[in-house]
Amino acid sequence: MAAEAVLDIRNLVVEFPTRRGVLTAIRGIDLTIGRGEILGVVGESGAGKSLTGAAVIGLLESGGRIAEGEIHVCGRRIDQLPLREMQKLRGRTIGAIFQDPLTSLNPLLTVGDQLIETMRVHMPLSRAGAMARAVRLLQEVGIPSPELRIAQYPHQFSGGMRQRVVIALALCAEPELVIADEPTTALDVSIQAQITALLKRVCRDRGTAMMLITHDMGVIAETADRVAVMYAGRIVEIGPVASIIRAPRHPYTKGLIGSIPSLTQRSERLVQIDGSMPRLNAMPEGCAFHPRCRFAMAQCRRERPPLMPAGTSEAACWHLNGEVSHVA
Amino acid sequence: MISMVLRRIGNAVAVMVAVAFVAFMIFQFLGDPVQLMLNEQASQAERDALRIRLGLDQNFVMQFMLFITRALHGDFGISYRNQQDVMSLIAERFPATLELVLVSTIIALSIGIPLGVYAAIRKGSPIARLLTMFSMIGVSIPSFVIGILLILIFAVQLNWLPAFGRGDVVHFGSWTTGLLTPSGRSALVMPALSLALFQISFIMRLVTAEMLEVLRTDYVKFARARGLPNRLVHFRHALRNCLMPVVTMTGMMIGDLIAFALVTETVFQWPGMGQLFVQAVMFIDMPVMAAYLMIVSAMFVTINTIVDLIYLWVDPRLRQAGAARGYHAH
Ligand SMILES: Nc1ncnc2c1ncn2[C@@H]1O[C@H](COP(=O)(O)OP(=O)(O)O)[C@@H](O)[C@H]1O
Ligand SMILES: [Mg+2]
Repeated sequence: MAAEAVLDIRNLVVEFPTRRGVLTAIRGIDLTIGRGEILGVVGESGAGKSLTGAAVIGLLESGGRIAEGEIHVCGRRIDQLPLREMQKLRGRTIGAIFQDPLTSLNPLLTVGDQLIETMRVHMPLSRAGAMARAVRLLQEVGIPSPELRIAQYPHQFSGGMRQRVVIALALCAEPELVIADEPTTALDVSIQAQITALLKRVCRDRGTAMMLITHDMGVIAETADRVAVMYAGRIVEIGPVASIIRAPRHPYTKGLIGSIPSLTQRSERLVQIDGSMPRLNAMPEGCAFHPRCRFAMAQCRRERPPLMPAGTSEAACWHLNGEVSHVA
Repeated sequence: MISMVLRRIGNAVAVMVAVAFVAFMIFQFLGDPVQLMLNEQASQAERDALRIRLGLDQNFVMQFMLFITRALHGDFGISYRNQQDVMSLIAERFPATLELVLVSTIIALSIGIPLGVYAAIRKGSPIARLLTMFSMIGVSIPSFVIGILLILIFAVQLNWLPAFGRGDVVHFGSWTTGLLTPSGRSALVMPALSLALFQISFIMRLVTAEMLEVLRTDYVKFARARGLPNRLVHFRHALRNCLMPVVTMTGMMIGDLIAFALVTETVFQWPGMGQLFVQAVMFIDMPVMAAYLMIVSAMFVTINTIVDLIYLWVDPRLRQAGAARGYHAH
């Protein structure tokens, strides 16, 4: 399994040195994504989802650094690569898609120019060859009359169409792994499902592994194979989507699932998680979630729970030992 | 696209007509030229003859039309001061000023832009800090101080370069250039540098500030995430998006320099328009002042139109018909 993993993150710690001391934003994450697998990463804003993705592709904002741990992609350790080596991997081995399609494309270059330059940086293609591939790729991501659209500028595309272009750009050099950071959050609700379905289809067709970052459990339920739930810089639950949606173990996961309207329509009661995530410089003792947890007990305040096996998944909660107390 | 180009040219023409009107009004309200030009003993017949020669016997509208028609032919009348043809006075001076200003602007762009890019992409490095410091000094020292320092070092001490004048010039019809003779070129070095130093610093600071902003944008981040090498990210993606303000400011700077090259021209005794204008003001030499106003305005308007056209060329968003959004320097 480990040898086959496209992405293998081991004990990742990301820090930001600030004037008031070092902030630890990612506090030890382990995860793997297999070939063709879609791993959803979910959690509230500030949980550390984007940082995890940025660390993998080596684009942490200046100041941010990987303080501990290792990142392996296709069996190769990449977290200490020199810039030039990392640039060869970006786009070619690891593709990235960001949140806002309106601002992700250079306004002064045609869509075709941006596709062609990316392909030609990574592959030995003539301009004409790259052009032909670009047209096919635009077709594949569902852009009508691509041979005309390829000569157009980003402002001539709608938001949804632009995100399709962004997807084409992320996939144009045929990466093994795609990191999609909230790819539909900025889009119109009516288009979100289309884009998510498109992402899923193109990754399936190519056997590309994907880390799909979102704060929307609904998107995960429809798209991902497995899911990692993040809270305050750690994974608090990870496992197959089906079993986690059906039987979440961590109280935080239960709260997230409770907030999907479509999944709770019948239950009438929408589970809310009161309070907000602790700030990085004010992490509570013990379980980081305990101040918001309805089930918190003495041990939760004292000791931090590690990820523990729970059926087909793993969760970091002391209550896994004594399920009874969950019934509130 | 073509209609937009035409509209901008139409605007330019409208502005020039307005300027011509102002220039014309200067004549109307600032005293009687006949009084100024002739001495007190002149006879009434002499006065009337001059009045007719200057077209002052016509009505207001006719005079304005005449003024514009003549201006279009490069005829701005004769100088009150020395009775010479105004246009030939200006034609002697204008090439010198334009050459000085354009050469120093080209120096400024070709040094200022690369330094600005460097200071942005190597932000925080010792060299970038040094550059930023120098640029701060560069924008704060007046150009005449630099001019005098240059003269002291390179003319007085080292005796490498001439301290004043324009050297030998080559004539092309009514145009003159010093760029084709060795003495012309060496005479241009110091005045151009002393004008350029401010511009280099200014453009460098502008490019650095714009680059730092553009380097933070999502599309630059996405370009990096696609594995584009720094060369492409910095120049093709980032710098291109910084060019609008640079074009705007360069346009304004060229206009300013032509209008106010006076100080540098005085320091280096450069035979340009600045000196001509000072003399015209002291003598209340109306035709020269009006012609100067028209020509400097024509330069401003031309530069602005070129700047607008460069916008259309660089930014596809502005090319769309009906796009009213424009770029403005901050
Ligand atoms: N450049 C930075 N400097 C300091 N702290 C940062 C920086 N970027 C992110 N963080 C902190 O790291 C945490 C995780 O951020 P992020 O990964 O963006 O969260 P999200 O799960 O919403 O994507 C947040 O608390 C954020 O404040
Ligand atoms: Mg995020």
